[in-house]
Amino acid sequence: MSRSFSKQEMELVRQLQADIPLSPEPFAEIAAAVGMTVEEVLGKVREWTADGTIRRFGAMVRHQKLGYKANAMSAWDVPDERAEAVGETLAAAAEVSHCYQRPRADGWPYNLFAMIHGASPEECHRVADRLAAVVGISDYRLLFSTREFKKVSMSYFME
Amino acid sequence: MDATDNRLITEIQSGFPVSERPYAEIGERLGISEDEVLERLRAIKQSGEIRRMGASFDSRKLGYSSTLCAARVPPEKLEATVKIINSYINVTHNYERDHEYNVWFTVIAPSRERIAGILGEIEAAAGIDPIINLPATRLFKIQVDLPVIDGGGGR
Repeated sequence: MSRSFSKQEMELVRQLQADIPLSPEPFAEIAAAVGMTVEEVLGKVREWTADGTIRRFGAMVRHQKLGYKANAMSAWDVPDERAEAVGETLAAAAEVSHCYQRPRADGWPYNLFAMIHGASPEECHRVADRLAAVVGISDYRLLFSTREFKKVSMSYFME
Repeated sequence: MDATDNRLITEIQSGFPVSERPYAEIGERLGISEDEVLERLRAIKQSGEIRRMGASFDSRKLGYSSTLCAARVPPEKLEATVKIINSYINVTHNYERDHEYNVWFTVIAPSRERIAGILGEIEAAAGIDPIINLPATRLFKIQVDLPVIDGGGGR
């Protein structure tokens, strides 16, 4: 759950969410910028990794450059009482990276979302067809992105 | 990109050492020097294969709320609307998709109220129909890493 962060912790978040230095002692550089010792910084990073505040620490790669050519947002209209079971089944597929239940809205009857990755749009369709048969839901559609307008990592504590 | 680069990328995607000399440690795992690790990483970053190296935070743990939004934007308003949406630091992903709701974007902000405020500002500035706001009510899967040879979406 969320808790309050000290000014120094917020500064550490700002440093860690930026690109960490490509120098022999990157955490020492960050520590100097934040006004902590390197041991304190390493301790915080470990603590935040253990409690899930940091979801992942490492390199973010460009998916499309490294081989996944297509991704489709699949949206499913599932009876509310089946949403949990169907969501878990969709989430279990290796080709699905993200899966959420969301509210329906005006002109938007779909309540489950699963991001499907494949080598081609056709492969995404095949995966969705297979999943549709497994869960017994025929009312779904795939929305492919036709243009990427923005894709960045969130910058916290900047406002 | 050679075999060593690929191993290096795999190594630092999830196994980045939290230690004083992380690049030396990676070098030991791969049997190359710290200098070579740094040199290769600079080249890989230059090439664009690596977007960023650092921490991914869980927005909820930092006290933030997030949502997925969709807008119906007519072609003549598309360019201006995208510019308005992208101007927010709170918008991290924004895509055109093949649907009547043609602009899909994520918003992360310190509160639900701030999200509602941002959507109202965008609607007013762009002169578009009400944006649908679809915050997740259940999370089934959030996989940051896809199986490595290869290679998102917001919440």
